[in-house]
Amino acid sequence: MSLAQEFTKGIVKENPIFRQALGMCPFLAVTSSVENALGMGAAATFVLVCSNFLVSLLRKVIPASVRIPSYIVIIAAFVTIVDLLMNAYLPALHKSLGIFIPLIVVNCIILGRAEGFANKNKVISSLFDGIGMGLGFTLAMVVMATFREILGNGSWLGFNLLGEAYQNQPLLIAILAPGAFILMGFILGFFNIMEKRNRGGAR
Amino acid sequence: MTPIMLMSAVLSAPESGDPSFSIGRMMAIIVGAIFINNFVLSRFLGICPFLGVSKQLDSAVGMGAAVIFVMVLATLGSWLIYHNVLVPNEMVYLRTITFIIIIASLVQLVEMILQKFSPALYDALGIYLPLITTNCAILGVAVLNIDDKLSLGYSLINSVAAGIGFTLALVLMAGLRERMETSNVPASLKGLPIAFLIAGAMSIAFLGFAGLGG
Repeated sequence: MSLAQEFTKGIVKENPIFRQALGMCPFLAVTSSVENALGMGAAATFVLVCSNFLVSLLRKVIPASVRIPSYIVIIAAFVTIVDLLMNAYLPALHKSLGIFIPLIVVNCIILGRAEGFANKNKVISSLFDGIGMGLGFTLAMVVMATFREILGNGSWLGFNLLGEAYQNQPLLIAILAPGAFILMGFILGFFNIMEKRNRGGAR
Repeated sequence: MTPIMLMSAVLSAPESGDPSFSIGRMMAIIVGAIFINNFVLSRFLGICPFLGVSKQLDSAVGMGAAVIFVMVLATLGSWLIYHNVLVPNEMVYLRTITFIIIIASLVQLVEMILQKFSPALYDALGIYLPLITTNCAILGVAVLNIDDKLSLGYSLINSVAAGIGFTLALVLMAGLRERMETSNVPASLKGLPIAFLIAGAMSIAFLGFAGLGG
């Protein structure tokens, strides 16, 4: 597989959220605004790229029997770096993402890529895989956050789109917890319809 | 020392900054963790097992029990190590790494002990235990206890209540999904999409608890 393919597969064909349904907890929790989604996406992408790089670099050194604990420690180290950096330079974002920054450690996407890709592939392709998967995750979160923020607050990335009148009485449920579940249900349903249509067209 | 005095001594540990033990505070934590801030339906922790293990009632109960068990042990271990090792040595920045190692090794330990001493319990919980290391509800409750500056006693109460809240959501979901098996769901919503819609409806119901306990 070429490097370009390693890069693009994470964004569309093997999108971690919509295709593999991994990493649901942060996805549902932080998509109440586009800003949070971008912040979470950046943090997770950083950890994903760094851990893919290091796991791939050490793939011949780490014994197979202790590989999962080693990966978890590697990931936790990078998460700590992100946690401290965000706390220092972006305190407001750090506060609104809250507990979900340390919880990047248990994000299944990152451990999944370390175990499923980086420990079998060369450093360069692991890097591209990490960037692609990270972007796919970020993109999925931004799509979801766009729906939720426009419906629930009438704005996008803080810009007022639907005017004062809407903001005074928005569809508040979209940015509350139930909105995340319901919108995700409809988005996955929409993907199922598209997939069926594509298959029908191919036949 | 009467049990209530012992309890009060544990609950108002000097490190915590809690004024003293009170039934009101305890009830607020319990109701808060089970209903108002339900781990699954309003904090979005532990979604993966919530969707993965909620197809049958039996396995939902097994998973819930395993989660409560590990949650309490993980809270105990992480609280003690955080306040007795990390804080005195000014190594608080190692919190995330330490907690995940504690949880991963605890799960391994529990698995080995159960296998040796209680094969029946191991058969019941065994397959769920490895899944628990990456359940974010466990790490979540350990981190939340520290962030909220709870004393050891309150932390343990909080973790039991959080585990019960998780189990409640899981069992309710499993019951609903068993019923869904026989109902007529639109083809494109079968499987995961309808599970999300049900979870949304349950989440709306749990939103109704928001006014409880002020």
